[in-house]
Amino acid sequence: MIQQQLREKAKELLSNKTVDLIIGFGEWTLPLRTTPVFIRTPEGAESLVWNSFCENNLTAYLHKFSRLKIGLVVKGCDARSVVALNLEKRFPNHPPLLIGIPCQRLVDRKKVKKAVKGEILQAVEQGDLLLVKGEDVNVTLKREDFLYSVCQVCTHRTPHQAHILIGDPVEEVSPVEAHPDVVALEGMFPEERWNFFEKETSRCIRCYACREACPMCYCAECFVDSSRPRWIEKSFSPSDLAFYHIVRAYHQTGRCSGCGACERACPMDIRLTYLTQKLNQEVKDLYGFETGIQPEAAPPLSTFDPEDKQEFIK
Amino acid sequence: MKLKLNKKDVENFLKGLIEEYDLYAPAQLTEGVSVFKKIDRPEEVNLTQPVTQKPAKEAFFPQSEVMFRYEETGNRGQAVSTEQIRKERILLGARPCDIEAISIIGKVFEAEDYTDVYFAEKRKRTTIIGLGCNHPLSTCFCSSTGGGPFNRAGSDLFFTDLGEAYFVELLTEKGMAFRENKFFKEADPKDLDLMKEIENKASQKVDRTIPVEGIEKRLDLMVESPFWDRIHEKCIGCGVCTFLCPTCHCFDMTDEAVNQKGQRVRNWDSCLFPIYSLETSGHNPRPTGRERTRQRLMHKFNYYPKNFGRVACVGCGRCILYCPVQFDIREALVYASAKRGKGQKGKFK
Repeated sequence: MIQQQLREKAKELLSNKTVDLIIGFGEWTLPLRTTPVFIRTPEGAESLVWNSFCENNLTAYLHKFSRLKIGLVVKGCDARSVVALNLEKRFPNHPPLLIGIPCQRLVDRKKVKKAVKGEILQAVEQGDLLLVKGEDVNVTLKREDFLYSVCQVCTHRTPHQAHILIGDPVEEVSPVEAHPDVVALEGMFPEERWNFFEKETSRCIRCYACREACPMCYCAECFVDSSRPRWIEKSFSPSDLAFYHIVRAYHQTGRCSGCGACERACPMDIRLTYLTQKLNQEVKDLYGFETGIQPEAAPPLSTFDPEDKQEFIK
Repeated sequence: MKLKLNKKDVENFLKGLIEEYDLYAPAQLTEGVSVFKKIDRPEEVNLTQPVTQKPAKEAFFPQSEVMFRYEETGNRGQAVSTEQIRKERILLGARPCDIEAISIIGKVFEAEDYTDVYFAEKRKRTTIIGLGCNHPLSTCFCSSTGGGPFNRAGSDLFFTDLGEAYFVELLTEKGMAFRENKFFKEADPKDLDLMKEIENKASQKVDRTIPVEGIEKRLDLMVESPFWDRIHEKCIGCGVCTFLCPTCHCFDMTDEAVNQKGQRVRNWDSCLFPIYSLETSGHNPRPTGRERTRQRLMHKFNYYPKNFGRVACVGCGRCILYCPVQFDIREALVYASAKRGKGQKGKFK
């Protein structure tokens, strides 16, 4: 079983001091969730878990522990973030040791909640099924029907970049061809798209959970926090909200691994991944580049190549 | 006097309120996401979500509020105060935890030495219609922090959902003004029994075991505890817990000005943001998540109780429910309450 193998490997790495700290997932108080855990002792490895609720991109924590030798539990997307960060020279001391697990795709807790009446008190996975228990209800759901939209389109579930792979690589076939929100938006008139964007961002409370959950958002000073110069006001005019969300997405061009941590972190359920997914698709179409797949390939927006397509110049 | 409001009359009741008052109530922005906002149409009101994302504090202390506008005319400036509350206001459908929290913020904003007119004026002119919590969540611990799912403190009127109707209690003078409301009918003794049954059932559901009594004293001994070195590790430093907290009340003021015109705005701020405590010199007295997480917990459970005699937490569970990494405030409380000297870490879960 993957979880058991993971614990044993973690124990070994901590016992022989290959790493100082293992960042992984642990069980905690809420159903359909896990929590990031920080493990320093071999015994602590027993608290590691692996399931479809391991939703955080733990790569975001690497900035916090730059002085330690870290073993990081990664899914396919998380490993891609590490590669992208490495290309941006973010690990001058110790690049993390990646403990990769081929991902079974994550279950979207918000979708599950919408499908079940009342509060969910327990959720257990059993093969392809999800057994959900509430106060007065017991339902069995098909895991496949409740995946995150980014997971539905994912074709890089196996973290081939990992130093250690727990479990066997999986077949990379995505159940859905393209991100459902992107497909919907591509079929709209520009005004309709703008309305969709404005309606979503109007719920923004500027808590910046999307920014903080993202491993690629590591600027020492984010443009929204800068006071000299002041790029953006701190209140809630639609133009300021639009400015934040557009710039946040654009800063990810060629850097986003499509993990969806931004959208999952949002307490207001703002859809965010359609923006980055569309940008990822454009980067792939224009430059044949996907973030974090080839460890040495520089991201297209930080290089110049005379062969770059320049069709936008008429 | 025992009254009830039949569900079939709710729409007209709300219509009446909207005509006469500025009505604030929970409204759904998208499925599963509700906030308190000013209501224009009865159908906007949605009382189904036990814990809304944004708390009722928004009706008194909005996330963003223009304090005044100014303009330079000739060689002198002119400031124009903005908001005048023209109509009496009603806050409907706030849960007991959120109502308790308004009085907690009130202790700061309506203190004897300084009164914040923006908050105080709104509060003075608002009638609060509380709503009992029939189905508290597993993350609710209001009974541990001095409240309860049917705590009526702070409500002028109090509704209990009986299924076909709301049981209505008029609790204060402001509440009694609604005595003659034509949609309120006399309740049967049956309704009263049902209300009590619902109340008992809900009250039993809420966790009473989270220890907050005397916590400020224990935290006094924990300022340099290694506990802080660990508990902050998973915090990513976003503002979810503080912005959605019904008692958090920190704000930042900025001038938004273009050419000769501008406005002074205050926006919610969060002690978990690094720039919150960043000084002009570039020095930051709370340089890492350790100090910032400690500040959040110390303010709620040490500084505030020392100043005002109760903890600044009402046990609504929002910070647990909506945290992107499942930081659980109950863990900190259980840890801090564990007996010192016994070498135990304070087991939680």
